[in-house]
Amino acid sequence: MPVITADQAQETYDVIIVGSGAGGGQSAYTLTMEGVKVLMLEAGRTFDPLTEVAMFQLPSQAPLRGISTPDKQYGFHDSSINSGWEIPGEPYSNASKKAEDEFRWWRQRMMGGRTNHWGRISLRNGPYDFKPRTQYSAGFDWPISYDDVAPYYDKVEMLVGVFGSNEGLENSPNSSPGVLMPAPKLRVGELYAQKHAPKVGMKVASIHRAVMTIPQDAEKLPAKLHPGNPKAQRILAESMRSRSPCFWATDCHRGCSIRANYDSQTVHLRPAMATGNLDIIPNAMAREVTVNKEGKATGITYIDKTTGKEAHVKGRAVVLAASSQESVRLLLNSKSALFPQGLANSSGKVGKYITDSVSSSFSAHIPAFEGMPLHNEDGAGGPHAYVPWTQHDKNRKGELGFPGGYHLEFTSGRHMPTMFVANGADSQAGRRGVGYGKQFKEDVRRFYGCRLGFGAQGSMLPNENTFCEIDPNLKDQWGIPALRFHWKWSDHELNQVRHQQQRIGELLTALGGQFTRPPETDPLKAIRSGGSVIHEVGGAIMGHDATHSVTNQWSQTWDVKNLFMADGAPFASTADKNPTLTIMALAWRMADHLMDELKKGNI
Amino acid sequence: MDRRIAIQWMLTAAASLTVHTPSAFAAAGIAPIEAKGYGPDPDMVKIYKPGDVWPLTLSEPQRRTATALCDVIIPADETSPSASAVGVPDFIDEWVSSPYPGQKTDRKTILEGLEWIEAESQQRFKTSFAELQPNQQYAICDDICDSTQAKPEHKKATTFFKRYRDLTAGGYYTTPEGMKDIGYRGNIPSATFDGPPIEALKHVGLA
Repeated sequence: MPVITADQAQETYDVIIVGSGAGGGQSAYTLTMEGVKVLMLEAGRTFDPLTEVAMFQLPSQAPLRGISTPDKQYGFHDSSINSGWEIPGEPYSNASKKAEDEFRWWRQRMMGGRTNHWGRISLRNGPYDFKPRTQYSAGFDWPISYDDVAPYYDKVEMLVGVFGSNEGLENSPNSSPGVLMPAPKLRVGELYAQKHAPKVGMKVASIHRAVMTIPQDAEKLPAKLHPGNPKAQRILAESMRSRSPCFWATDCHRGCSIRANYDSQTVHLRPAMATGNLDIIPNAMAREVTVNKEGKATGITYIDKTTGKEAHVKGRAVVLAASSQESVRLLLNSKSALFPQGLANSSGKVGKYITDSVSSSFSAHIPAFEGMPLHNEDGAGGPHAYVPWTQHDKNRKGELGFPGGYHLEFTSGRHMPTMFVANGADSQAGRRGVGYGKQFKEDVRRFYGCRLGFGAQGSMLPNENTFCEIDPNLKDQWGIPALRFHWKWSDHELNQVRHQQQRIGELLTALGGQFTRPPETDPLKAIRSGGSVIHEVGGAIMGHDATHSVTNQWSQTWDVKNLFMADGAPFASTADKNPTLTIMALAWRMADHLMDELKKGNI
Repeated sequence: MDRRIAIQWMLTAAASLTVHTPSAFAAAGIAPIEAKGYGPDPDMVKIYKPGDVWPLTLSEPQRRTATALCDVIIPADETSPSASAVGVPDFIDEWVSSPYPGQKTDRKTILEGLEWIEAESQQRFKTSFAELQPNQQYAICDDICDSTQAKPEHKKATTFFKRYRDLTAGGYYTTPEGMKDIGYRGNIPSATFDGPPIEALKHVGLA
């Protein structure tokens, strides 16, 4: 009876996990496979990726051609439900009214969380990304190094199925031999960029994404991942055999009913439930971590959204994986006589040091693509290639004005047409005004698929002015105090975005690109506002000591030994890599440590 | 970041190419939309058609004008059918009848624009827009398709025409017929992904 109602919960569990996404899913998987009894709370409803996702539906088969609306903020067929930056009854606020200081907070209220619709880009953080203070004299060094996390990256990649190639790049690590699935062939636009990018000192490489390009090896992988644990091996083998490799069609954001790509339910929660060790209560909005008089976490008080009533679940340990800022909110709302500043907050650092991917984009018309022989280039439902960061020498010489770097993702291709596919055809054809008639049809035909664009994703180091706190005047529909965000880009981010725009412009020029306007020179106009990329992390950062950080290297809070973080909250900075893979690797590592502590009787 | 963001980037880029100026037409006589949207948890798998979620609201005369204008913008040619042949007027009706904020602004622009174009047609040719000869329809459209060249009395209508053209094109190229027209060949599962064909590689100098 894995998915249960509030009144079916057992008296007590070994571990209570809040959140069912990448971090919660990985934690539950690791723990239950080793026999730990887990209860998971999920704020949203159950969701069946097999029957509820719309993979092949056309925009013309959705209301308003599937465009985004306040109800479906990534479009009608995106697999996110009950989700968005603005959710009725679940407010948050921004301390500043300035547009450039805005933080937008995405919440994904459904089983599996944000893993339902992410792009599956799975790049490892590199050695420098864990040691920004050493590398760039800014930010904080994480209390772990790449070598500490590398074995967990291997394990996660084997478990979820990641395609890609080992390129031997500086600070963009290889996976161990045999871990990655074969990278798919590149599309014509990706190959064209690969040929011409070196003219401007850039490299186009195969990207890593959590999409299976071949069946998983159900004979060998389970034994590698769960040595000496025949039950776990059997369950995982069965799970792997139930997944099909990609059939080279449909956008991954719509979800995947053939289980070719990773989402938390498909990869983590199904096998975890098969162990019999996992109960999940959906529609459970966590309000507070409860503590006893010794200062240990005892469980979670939550609102049962189906009845509106408050309920409580008990566990020997508590894992917060509600998404970085939701977990921070839980800590800040868990005030007691012992913890008057909120839980695990003796340092005053809870809510501090939020970071996000630094992002801007730019595109151009590529005349060479006009008249392209028609072919199907859907591929693996997302990018096959990217431009990794390679300018480490310039960083070392301090020539760039910002630490870290960024990678570029392709925003082009002959994708399924959307409402906006004809936009820009007039100006591209050099026509004045708005075209119509047969000439217009010819223009649209000529220019479809001829735009090439790149979106940058860059590193951000924490600053003192970017944080969240409880808004004293704002509560959600259940009376739970809401967050107020403070956001401030530093010169690092603005310099980086200036560089992004300039470099994307150079790359597109090398590809023969024609611009209708030049790359943006004002970084505040080009930068995407905080939270827009949905990569926000931090707020309960890990560190070397209890004065300057919230958790130790195991994502275990300094103040409360049986309280752990398993989402992006412990990230001490944002790398030029997407965070999900690292969230999973750290969650697995955290769960191993949690079990050690349980065995030793420390918690 | 990923394709999800890429899509948003594309949307943002696309939106920036679309001029959104408030309609300068008279505001009289447009009924507000009282219907509800599909909510944050709709059945995504279901196949929808305009009118399934909220009622369509165009009157018969409005639809006649709307249909004619759709087909002036996207007529049939040797490659593909006209906009009305693939249901674009129904989509326009769905759009202007939508309860969401973005479409509510368009509702005013579009309804007032349809009224204007009909009145202009009557004034110039003593005939409704839908009954005009093609060159008569072009004569009106040519006056309102370029805001930089339009006479002062036509400026207001250029905003309408641009918006209507974009909606018609978006509605059209998201249908199977429209996708075929511009050469989208995907959405078909396959056992392998073989990369671009040799002709495509040759086309861009890669083979």
